[in-house]
Amino acid sequence: MAETNQRSAYGATLLELCREDRNIVVLDADLGGSTMGKMVEQALPEQHIEMGIAEANMASVAGGLSRVGKIPFINSFAVFAAGRAYDQIRQSIAIGKLNVKICGSSAGCSDFGDGATHQAIDDIAYMRAIPHMTVIVPADANEAAAATRFMAANPGTMYLRLNRNSYENITEEGAPFRFNEPTVVREGTDVTVFACGVMVSKALEAAEKLQGRISVRVVNVSTVKPLNREKIMALAGDVRGVVTAEEHSIIGGLGGAVAEALRRQPTPMEFVGVNDEFGSSAHSYDEILNYMGLTADHIAEAVESIYNG
Amino acid sequence: MGYSKELISSLEERAKTLRRDVIECIGVGVAGHVGGSCSAADLLAALYFYKLKYDSKNPEWEGRDYFLLSKGHVAILQYSALAEAGFFPVADLPRCKEVGFYLQGHPHLGTPGIEVGTGSLGQGLSLGLGMALGLKMDGKPNRVYVMVGDGEQDEGQIWEAAMAASAKNADNLCAIIDNNGLQAQGKLTDRLPVEPLAGRWSAFGWNVIEIDGHNMEEIVAALDAAETYKGKPTAIIAHTVKGKGISFAENQVGFHNRALTEDEYRQALAELA
Repeated sequence: MAETNQRSAYGATLLELCREDRNIVVLDADLGGSTMGKMVEQALPEQHIEMGIAEANMASVAGGLSRVGKIPFINSFAVFAAGRAYDQIRQSIAIGKLNVKICGSSAGCSDFGDGATHQAIDDIAYMRAIPHMTVIVPADANEAAAATRFMAANPGTMYLRLNRNSYENITEEGAPFRFNEPTVVREGTDVTVFACGVMVSKALEAAEKLQGRISVRVVNVSTVKPLNREKIMALAGDVRGVVTAEEHSIIGGLGGAVAEALRRQPTPMEFVGVNDEFGSSAHSYDEILNYMGLTADHIAEAVESIYNG
Repeated sequence: MGYSKELISSLEERAKTLRRDVIECIGVGVAGHVGGSCSAADLLAALYFYKLKYDSKNPEWEGRDYFLLSKGHVAILQYSALAEAGFFPVADLPRCKEVGFYLQGHPHLGTPGIEVGTGSLGQGLSLGLGMALGLKMDGKPNRVYVMVGDGEQDEGQIWEAAMAASAKNADNLCAIIDNNGLQAQGKLTDRLPVEPLAGRWSAFGWNVIEIDGHNMEEIVAALDAAETYKGKPTAIIAHTVKGKGISFAENQVGFHNRALTEDEYRQALAELA
């Protein structure tokens, strides 16, 4: 049976990749047990570097490794991997267009118990703003594995955003990653929902709920940057309007990217995302998603408001 | 110490040339990092014309040593060394900071001989550590040298890198600290003291060598000693004078990044003749 946890799929794929290419190096900042970098650490310790709780140093070290021919993957919770090390990613890595892969694990609100300090709701925005940065938000574990394989095989500075929790796959196991290719996962004719990460599953749930009343197209936009503008325009052009859904602030994330893509094609739009707030601790993932307005019902409501004008 | 007088005096002459290149490049009326360039000029002369292995016609040559200027604001000094070493024409130096030109205000990947971009202080040592670890993984003998400023020691990342480098036994890594005692806004002792540097680097697990950063014989001896020292990375703490070689700029905070007047420009070149 296919893996249903993105972190586990990532770790297992990294280990396979490390076996295939000894130049791949995995770096962790004392969270390898969570990022699943530990799978490499245990099986191939010579291709894993423990950097201690020092994400800034880890990011710059990765830049140096890439300059001597290594392909470093750096792991931590997204708030630390991308947030704490933002300047190092910008200055040490991205300006030089270095071949470094950054994995922001436990992103969004998926680390529900730890609360606001551990919940990355702004990382897509600031990673996306870095010139030439690729930003990938896989929909599920299958796609996380495919994206990891894609990242290892293609040069460039790339950010991979992963969920902490397990949920059912909606993409096919073993399918190659469809880079920069927004993918229709459910056809519909009235409203298009552009979603990424776990919100693709939530959007499918919303489409199901609305079936018979509103025909909803659901599009998995796992490559948030670069964003395939022609495809977005086409998928938004034959419906009444669009909804974006992401486990991220409504400022600067997928919603912003889609709005930028549609700038010459004014389309009624609604954003489902975090409404300029920090997160909170919660006892379950569902609880925090509901609290932050990130459920299928919230998407359905947004679709209805677009549909009804 | 067994170094020939010819070697030492030729390196001293190189250092003087680098300082002259820096002044000619900065010119009159435009701000430039005179002070920190001149404090590090002897160190860079020894690195580029004595210690580092490189092929200026093939900057990406696999056998090269790596030099990173973590105190990237004195890029003009490194550009002067690279130009004098043949990486690109000396005649291009005055075009530094022209829009779109390959000589940017801070080191930029893509300029021949520049290994990484630097400028956000505190990151160069980590970048160098990454190179050192990667080279060790492949069993390669190349060495990595990183010049860091003393004001730069304020940055916490320096100490993250220092801790990690000794933990990983990165003895192919050498940090050279340009200890001129001044930072942008004043004396280190008045702004944010970083002493005792030797004690701190030693406590972080490094082999520490202290030298007069303007004594060429001491510089080359320290670089040689760092290369043969095994088991720990080496920190060379070079005691220097900011603005060294230009009488009116020596030890003057104001010359961190300042424009020269016509008279100052002429006097500086006369003193460096």
